[in-house]
Amino acid sequence: MALRVRGRAWRLGDGISTDHIISGKFKYQKARLEEMLPYLLHEIIPDFYRKVKPGDVIVAGKGFGYGSSREHAARLLKMAGVGAVVAMSVHRIFYRNAVNVGLYIAISKNVPPATETGDIIIVDLDKGIVGNETKGIYERLPPLHPIVKELLEAGGLEGYVASRGKLPWEADNLTSHP
Amino acid sequence: MDELTLTEALLSMKLGNPPSPGEHVVVDVDLVYLHDGTFTLALEVLRRLGAERVFDRRKVLLFIDHAAPAPHLAAATTHLAMRRFARKHGVKLYDAGAGISHQVVAEEALAGPGDVVVGADSHTVTLGALGALATGFGSTDAAVAMASGRIWLRVPEPVKIVLSGEPPGWVMGKDIALALLGALGADGAIYSSLEIRGPALKAISMDSRLTIANMGVEAGAKYTLFPVDEVARAWMEARGRKVKPLSPGVRARYSDELVLDVSGLEPMVAKPPRPDNVASVSEVDGVEVDQVFIGSCTNGRVEDFHAAARILRGRRVRDGVRCIAVPASRRVYMELLRDGTLEVLAAAGCIVAHSTCGPCIGAHLGLLAEGEVAVSTSNRNMPGRMGHRESKVYLANPATAAAAAVTGRIIDPRTLLPRGVRLMEV
Ligand code: SF4
Repeated sequence: MALRVRGRAWRLGDGISTDHIISGKFKYQKARLEEMLPYLLHEIIPDFYRKVKPGDVIVAGKGFGYGSSREHAARLLKMAGVGAVVAMSVHRIFYRNAVNVGLYIAISKNVPPATETGDIIIVDLDKGIVGNETKGIYERLPPLHPIVKELLEAGGLEGYVASRGKLPWEADNLTSHP
Repeated sequence: MDELTLTEALLSMKLGNPPSPGEHVVVDVDLVYLHDGTFTLALEVLRRLGAERVFDRRKVLLFIDHAAPAPHLAAATTHLAMRRFARKHGVKLYDAGAGISHQVVAEEALAGPGDVVVGADSHTVTLGALGALATGFGSTDAAVAMASGRIWLRVPEPVKIVLSGEPPGWVMGKDIALALLGALGADGAIYSSLEIRGPALKAISMDSRLTIANMGVEAGAKYTLFPVDEVARAWMEARGRKVKPLSPGVRARYSDELVLDVSGLEPMVAKPPRPDNVASVSEVDGVEVDQVFIGSCTNGRVEDFHAAARILRGRRVRDGVRCIAVPASRRVYMELLRDGTLEVLAAAGCIVAHSTCGPCIGAHLGLLAEGEVAVSTSNRNMPGRMGHRESKVYLANPATAAAAAVTGRIIDPRTLLPRGVRLMEV
C-alpha cells in the first residue's frame, strides 16, 4: 500500500493535547468510539467530525498529541477520515498510538508555519516528502523505521497481525536503524 | 561502567549490554497495568487479535481508579468487564477505592530499579522515582504487552537535570516539577529520558520525587529517572524490596543539560491553559477561586496532605469555595486517618473523599462550571480538563492550594505557614 495522502489542511496551533482531541469528560461518559466521535476536537472546532472530509490533513504546531495516553485520540481522528497529521513535533505516546492504528504522521519544521486551513497538503511517506501544494513548500522526511513502515502499510498493528499472523518484532527486522 | 547514564545502566540490567540512544530494542516486560479509562479499548484489541490472554498473571494489574465508584452506567459497564476479566485470568484487580494506579504501584514497591513497566496511562513515568523504566502506552501497546510479555522500545536520549542548592523549608516537589517544566517547555523533552540528580537530592523526599517524576511527561519525557540513592533505598526496603545503589557514571554523556538552583525557588503555579505556563505565586496573587482540589497521582500523598493540614489547621475553608481532598490511595487515606490529618481537613470544611482520579480529569466529584476557577494539585490544566471548556485551572502545590481554599484567592502560602516549617518529609 502506498503511504500517500493528499488533502485539505485543518490548521491547528501549538500544544494540541489528547484532551483537545477527545476530552476525558466525554470519553468517560461514552463507552464506544462511535459515540465519542461527535466530541472529536470539539473544544476547538465544534462539529469537526461532520466538517472533515476523507483524506483531510491536520496541520499543527509544536507538541502535537501532548497529554493523556488515550489511544481514542488517534483512533477517532482516523475514524473521522483524517488522512495524516503534519506537526512540528509530536509527543511520543501519540506517535506510537498513531502508528499502531495506522494514522500517518509527518514531522515537519517548515510546512506547518506556512499552512492555512484549506491549503492542499501532500504527505508521501514512501518518497519521504511532505508539502503544501498551495504554497509550494516541500520538505524531506527522514526514512521511517522498518517496523513503523510495516505497521503503517498494514493499516496498523491489528492489520499487521491479521495479515501476517505474528507481531512485527517476532520477525528478524528489529535491528538498530539510523 | 562510569560512562553509563542512568538510562543506559538501567536498560543494560535488562539487555545485558548498554544500548545507544535512538536504537530500537525488544524487551521483556516486568509489569503491565491498565485502568478503567484505557482497559475497554485494550480488551477490544485483544479480542480482535484473537489473543485474549495474559502472559503472566502475576505481572498484570488492573485498576478501577478513574471514575470510581461508577458515576454513570458507561463506567459501571467498564468496571464489570474489568472484574470479569480479572476473575477469568486470575489477575489482581484493585477495585474502586484502592487507589490511583501509579500511587499503589509505587507505595507497594511493585516496581523497582530497571523494571520495564508498561502502563496504559501517561503518568506511568511516576515510577521513575524508583528507578523503574516506566512509561505510558496506548491501549494497543498495552494489550500486546499484556498478551505477549514483550514490547519494542526506542532508546531515549538522556538529559541531565541537576538540582543544585538547598531547598527552602516550604519548597515541595511540585514547585521543582513546575520550575523544571517552565524551563523545558511542554515539548522540551519529547522522547528524552530526564535524569534527575544533584546535591539537592538528599533533601528531596520520595513523595516529592514521585511528584517530580510524575510531571516529566508534561515536557514530553519518556522517563524521569532518579538514582537509587540512600533515600530511595531506605524507602524501598521499608516496603520489602531490596535494591542496590545505582547512580549515573561520572563520565556519562548527555545530549542536553539543565541546572536548577532550588534554593532560589518561589512557590510555583501553572496558569491556564497549559502546565508549562509557569509563574511564581506572586505573579497571580489575588486571583479569585471557586474550587480547590487536593489530590491526584501528582499530589495525593501523605506529605501533601500534611502540608495542606499545616495551613488548614484551626482555619476554615472560605464560604463560597469548595475544597475537595482526595487521598491517592487507601493506604494514604488510612495513614491520614490514623494521624489525625483527615480530621483537620474535615473540620476545616474540606470535602474528604475516597481515592479516585475523579476531579483531576473531570470524570466525577466536582466538575467546574463555565467561568469557574480552580486551584488543583494535579498535573494538567488544559481547557475543559476539569469541567467546562471556559473554566480555568491553576496548578500548584498542596500548601498553595490549601491557602487558596482558606482565603478564596491565590496567595503566597508562606504568609500562612509557621516559620521554619519543612514541608518535604525526607
Ligand atoms: S490522577 Fe489524574 S493524572 Fe493521575 S492517573 Fe488519575 S487522571 Fe491521570
